[in-house]
Amino acid sequence: MKYAIEAALPPPPNTVGVLGWMRRHLFNGPLNSVATLVIGFLAVYWLIPVVQWMLIDADWVGESREACTSGGACWVFISTRLDQFLYGFYPSGEYWRLNLSFIMLAILTAWLMLPNMPFKGWASFLTLVIYPIVTFYLLTGGAFDMPAVDTHLWGGFSLNLILAVIGIVAALPFGILLALGRRSEMPIVRSLSVVYIEIWRGVPLITVLFMASVMLPLFFPEDISFDKLLRAMIGIILFQSAYMAEVVRGGLQAIPKGQYEAADALGLSYWKKMIMIILPQALKMMIPGIVNTFIALFKDTSLVVIIGLFDLLAIVQAASNDPDWIGYATEGYIFIALMFWIFCFGMSRYSQHLERLLHTGHGGRN
Amino acid sequence: MSEDTPKADKPGSSRAPSSETRFWNDPAKRALIFQALLIGIIGFFLFSIVSNTLNNLETRGITTGFGFLTDEAGFSIPLSLIDYTAADSYGRTFIVGLLNTILVSVLGIIAATLLGFVMGVARLSDNWMIAKLSTIYIEIFRNIPLLLQMFFWYFAVLRSLPSPRQSIEFLGSFLNVRGLSVPRPVAEEGLGMVFWAFVVAIVLSLILVRWAHRRQDATGQIFPSGWASTGLILGLPLLTFVIMGAPLSLDAPQLRGFNFTGGMTLMPELVALWLALTIYTSTFIAETVRGGILAVPKGQLEAASALGLPKTRTLRLIVIPQAMRVIIPPLTSQYLNLTKNSSLATAIGYPDLVSVFAGTTLNQTGQAIEVISMTMAVYLTLSLLTSLFMNWYNKRMALVER
Repeated sequence: MKYAIEAALPPPPNTVGVLGWMRRHLFNGPLNSVATLVIGFLAVYWLIPVVQWMLIDADWVGESREACTSGGACWVFISTRLDQFLYGFYPSGEYWRLNLSFIMLAILTAWLMLPNMPFKGWASFLTLVIYPIVTFYLLTGGAFDMPAVDTHLWGGFSLNLILAVIGIVAALPFGILLALGRRSEMPIVRSLSVVYIEIWRGVPLITVLFMASVMLPLFFPEDISFDKLLRAMIGIILFQSAYMAEVVRGGLQAIPKGQYEAADALGLSYWKKMIMIILPQALKMMIPGIVNTFIALFKDTSLVVIIGLFDLLAIVQAASNDPDWIGYATEGYIFIALMFWIFCFGMSRYSQHLERLLHTGHGGRN
Repeated sequence: MSEDTPKADKPGSSRAPSSETRFWNDPAKRALIFQALLIGIIGFFLFSIVSNTLNNLETRGITTGFGFLTDEAGFSIPLSLIDYTAADSYGRTFIVGLLNTILVSVLGIIAATLLGFVMGVARLSDNWMIAKLSTIYIEIFRNIPLLLQMFFWYFAVLRSLPSPRQSIEFLGSFLNVRGLSVPRPVAEEGLGMVFWAFVVAIVLSLILVRWAHRRQDATGQIFPSGWASTGLILGLPLLTFVIMGAPLSLDAPQLRGFNFTGGMTLMPELVALWLALTIYTSTFIAETVRGGILAVPKGQLEAASALGLPKTRTLRLIVIPQAMRVIIPPLTSQYLNLTKNSSLATAIGYPDLVSVFAGTTLNQTGQAIEVISMTMAVYLTLSLLTSLFMNWYNKRMALVER
């Protein structure tokens, strides 16, 4: 007897290629086929007019609403006011100051976020300490030959970014202290931290902003007065530090017990143990959590419209009530949605990527 | 903070002070001193805040205290679940606002849960298109600020609806710029019986389920108690409803002049708020649900199919109970978030607690401290109740490990 290997049969024609893929993923079973057809039809049916309105019929160039004649979206509304939407009422000769601070921020964040970059310690020092000081002088001016720009002129998308970045950067140290307090063995320190954290986490940001704008001035002697932006910022920082504390606590809890015990065995003092052993490891674990809170805060910065600051939402809202441009609110909202979406989606992707990275890289957390 | 806290983070690692330790090196004494200092600092801080506030209030001529709650409010509220007129007190505006907050939160929680579960399961569907569409839905609406979504629904969609005369009509309801007018169910003689039939049906099905469990334990035979009790709970009230001669009529909205009379009108602010809260929260619930289902280990499914359980029973007995254990804690915190987010109502003029009480009442009375504290206390109570529930639930659901 002789055995010969026969050539393999070709796969059945409807399991490979486009047809096979569709069969496996779209039409596997009668119920799925009906669902695919019905939902696919609805999606396309709804999508065509939207695309038609947004892209095909839209007007893109022009100076005033007279340019919008085709019946589609009027993006002229956005393009003529883009500067205002991005920079608020900041004097146009000084836009470079905002741009420069955001470019610096972008470089620093890229440095921190990209893996395998050298000197990350220096980068975090620059971001957390030097950058805020430089930006403060850059934005408010009044020194180094730069004209002062009052904060009531700040606005637009840059205000959202400023509020969110300051909220996070300033809340981080408070958050660390609160989280350490919550895990402390001193009963009074622990209960004070718990009360602080739970109170701020229990109330909506909007009541915090209300509180900051009406109650804060009452708390200080009459000769100290805050401007509206500073009040909002104090409210945001107080609120955010409670959330930050919970993120930090999560990071601290993820550090294996052995690290604490080893530090104790070496005779390190509490602060040495924290600063040299625990926090550097914990901070790495916390980055996804910090990014997630940043996303939440970034979306929430649009609430400042309620206490009368002109962020992107407020400025677009005001512009769409301008008699010259009435009726184009939808275009404005889509523009805001796109701006926020790009930032938030990008960051959430980054944090998911990081979570996966941390999960595999630090598998052995015993 | 101090140079050093007393002990390490873990109990059992504390170093007992030897007899010749100086008192500033003794962790216990040091902790005492540090905490006393902290209390002193915070006490001083609070004291200066209180005295500053009292000073400031005095110079502005505002009297403190909750006496204002009994004063006449003098403004009307467009939506109220209890009787309210402008002649009622400020205290009553607090209740009205609170009830409106609860109304929109409950509506939002119900709708967001349904939509969220559908979307979460759809994202795991083996139908590629359904999974992708649900992913797109989740990723779009999760990453756009809630306030913007609210503005969109309110200003761009609902405000540009036609006037009442050109209403969009569907299923006996009318949608126009003044809101959504739907037929109002009117109870007639005998509806109480239907309600009692419903209660009886629930009790009966509970007994049925217990009996089925006992029978299954004894004989191994399975009784379809799920179907039977669904039939009972739906069928018995329906039967009573028919026997009593359909004791329910609908008061349909009618166009009179420029507006609708009769029926029930949902104000556009409520609709916009409801839509925005539902859509925004449903994306987070969908992610929670997806995570919960994925958290059920694959071995559980394999074990179920090795036992020969059919697909539906695997789902009902193996997947859902284990997934729910993971889903419920984050789900409750999403409910809490929705309730807190409903305070954005003030931006579009829905009369919720923040808008009515921390808005109008605050502006009229100037009692900033009292009003803001009462408002915050409401949300704080809600969140404490939620975390109490979660602790209770986690304790009940914790895996009993041996």
